[in-house]
Amino acid sequence: MKHAILTTLCVLLAACGSETKPRNTGVFMLVDTSGTYTEELTKAEQIIRYTLSRLDATDSFAVARIDTGSFSEKDIVAKTSFDDRPSAVNRQKRLFAQQVNEFVTNADPSPYTDITGGLLQAVEFLNEKGTGKKTILIFSDLKEDLEAGYIRDFDVELGGFEVIALNVTKLRSDNIDPREYLARLEEWQGRVEKTGGQWRVINDLDGLEGLL
Amino acid sequence: MSFMLGITPWPVASAILWIILIVAALYLIRSTAHKTIHAAARGLHRSFKIASKAVSRSEKRLAARNRDVLLAAGREAKERILEREFDRINETVRKDLANYSALHRKLSESIGRIEKDHQEAVDVPPDPPGWVKAVEAVAKMSAQEDRFSVGNILSDIHKSLLRAHKEAMAAYHEASAKRHKLLRHMRPDWRQIQQKLAAVGKSVDSLLDRSITIDRLMQEYEDIVHGQDRAISVLSSSSLVNFFVSAFVLCIAIGGATINFSLIARPMAEMVGGTSLIGNFRTADIAALVIILVEISMGLFLMESLRITRLFPVIGALPDKTRVRMIWITFSILFLLASVEAGLAYMREVLLHDELATSALLRGDAGATATGEYMWITTAAQMGMGFILPFALTFVAIPLETFVHSLRTVIGLIAISLMRALSLMLRLLGNVFLYLGVLLKQVYDLPLFVPLWLEERMTRGAEDDGLLGRVGQ
Repeated sequence: MKHAILTTLCVLLAACGSETKPRNTGVFMLVDTSGTYTEELTKAEQIIRYTLSRLDATDSFAVARIDTGSFSEKDIVAKTSFDDRPSAVNRQKRLFAQQVNEFVTNADPSPYTDITGGLLQAVEFLNEKGTGKKTILIFSDLKEDLEAGYIRDFDVELGGFEVIALNVTKLRSDNIDPREYLARLEEWQGRVEKTGGQWRVINDLDGLEGLL
Repeated sequence: MSFMLGITPWPVASAILWIILIVAALYLIRSTAHKTIHAAARGLHRSFKIASKAVSRSEKRLAARNRDVLLAAGREAKERILEREFDRINETVRKDLANYSALHRKLSESIGRIEKDHQEAVDVPPDPPGWVKAVEAVAKMSAQEDRFSVGNILSDIHKSLLRAHKEAMAAYHEASAKRHKLLRHMRPDWRQIQQKLAAVGKSVDSLLDRSITIDRLMQEYEDIVHGQDRAISVLSSSSLVNFFVSAFVLCIAIGGATINFSLIARPMAEMVGGTSLIGNFRTADIAALVIILVEISMGLFLMESLRITRLFPVIGALPDKTRVRMIWITFSILFLLASVEAGLAYMREVLLHDELATSALLRGDAGATATGEYMWITTAAQMGMGFILPFALTFVAIPLETFVHSLRTVIGLIAISLMRALSLMLRLLGNVFLYLGVLLKQVYDLPLFVPLWLEERMTRGAEDDGLLGRVGQ
């Protein structure tokens, strides 16, 4: 009898002590503000609102712009970690949507496009939050255009991350030679998968059901 | 196979040789094989028979136990009913017949008043008329007396008579009126007596009715105490009915509890967090469930303290003062929990609106957030349900008690049926193995028909020879 009680207690203690994997989701969205891509920002806002509607308590969400040097906290437009209480979550979502709306209204186009810096910033943010599922959304044409002196030719560790490219628009040059567009997508896929990340492209923004 | 067919240069001859050898071998061990088959079949038959008997004995023991349980439950139920009937009689006697002395006094007073009035209403004989003496005086007068004076006297008498008659009539009318007045006074007393007697008659009739019910119940109780089959049959069927009815009511209660749960589970996330888990379940859900279970427990204790149910004998045996305290405490807790639930139901509605407004904002459809004019009805209904359901769940204690009590009997009946079926199956299996042994022996003899035929022929020939020998001698 004593053995049985001791065994039960041990099992219960072990169950209490075992670390459980977090079940929350972390999303970092990079929004390209270079050149004419700023015209697409209203679409980005739609995606952000959709993402907000899909996120729940204890999830984390941040939106940052891609500009000349994106590896900076200053580029984060809005960020939040949702509370445990549903009423607080609703308030946070409304505030977040308002901040994004202000950003979309007042966004200025940037001369250069530092996607890798933004990706690095996203990885840092999500690792810091320690969420169970980590997703990086890149709302860009994926055409990286670095200013002279910026070093970005290194691998970003993306193990455990899902990187989703959204609204990858075709450039004028892509229309002339579509291989450029395909090569660009292939290059990014290679970079992500090389370091253990998962890669997806969603260009049809009407079908966002599988986004998260 | 090729080896077997290769023992002679001719495969057919080899096969025939093998058949002969096998048949010969089978024939030689026939007796042993038959004994083995017989022993195995008998062994299995006996084992299954013993097992069947064991199950049958267990079934009988279980049936006896079930019968005892049924009788005990029936006895207890009948005692409760009888107790209640006696309580009612006691109440009737206390209420109606305890006032018997007062009633008797009232009746005596009424009768006294009637008697008095009756005495006073007796017809008084009229006084003898005054003119009789005058007539006598006239008769005694001599003939010589003056005729004139006689005429005067008679005239006076006539006048006196008229006056006396008038006075007598007036007195008579006055006396009659007085008597009628007295008789009128007697009417309410008569009515009062009639009403009192009717009430007493009703009480006595009610007592008589109750005594008939008690006689019937006592008869049933005696049947149960003597363990008569009729009583067992009645108790068994009523137990089954109770089981199904209480199970049905419990299902309804579970439905109520589920609705209650859905009312408070969502707002509970505001109190304990929406994402924390205990095991694989949300803490908010568990908290909501705990609240409902606590409400049901309080309901059970309340019913127990009120002595409506008897699931916990300890509570029933508490002193009345403690029991009354317990009634108030459990009722207060229940009331507080019901209030909490009403508040949570309101919170649920608020959260729902907030969530809808946020969703509409995120969809870019701000117009959809406008709430209807009559939404307060839904809110009020939810709050009402949140407040009433805990009290409604209190009454779960009654079907629960019936369910628990009848469950014992029903489980016993099911177990008895299963054991009976098992016993029958074991017996059948035993017999199957017995006849399987006989069949196997026949099957064994099938390939040996040639040596067996020869054996029979030889035995018959030997018998015939012996017979002829005995005849020759």
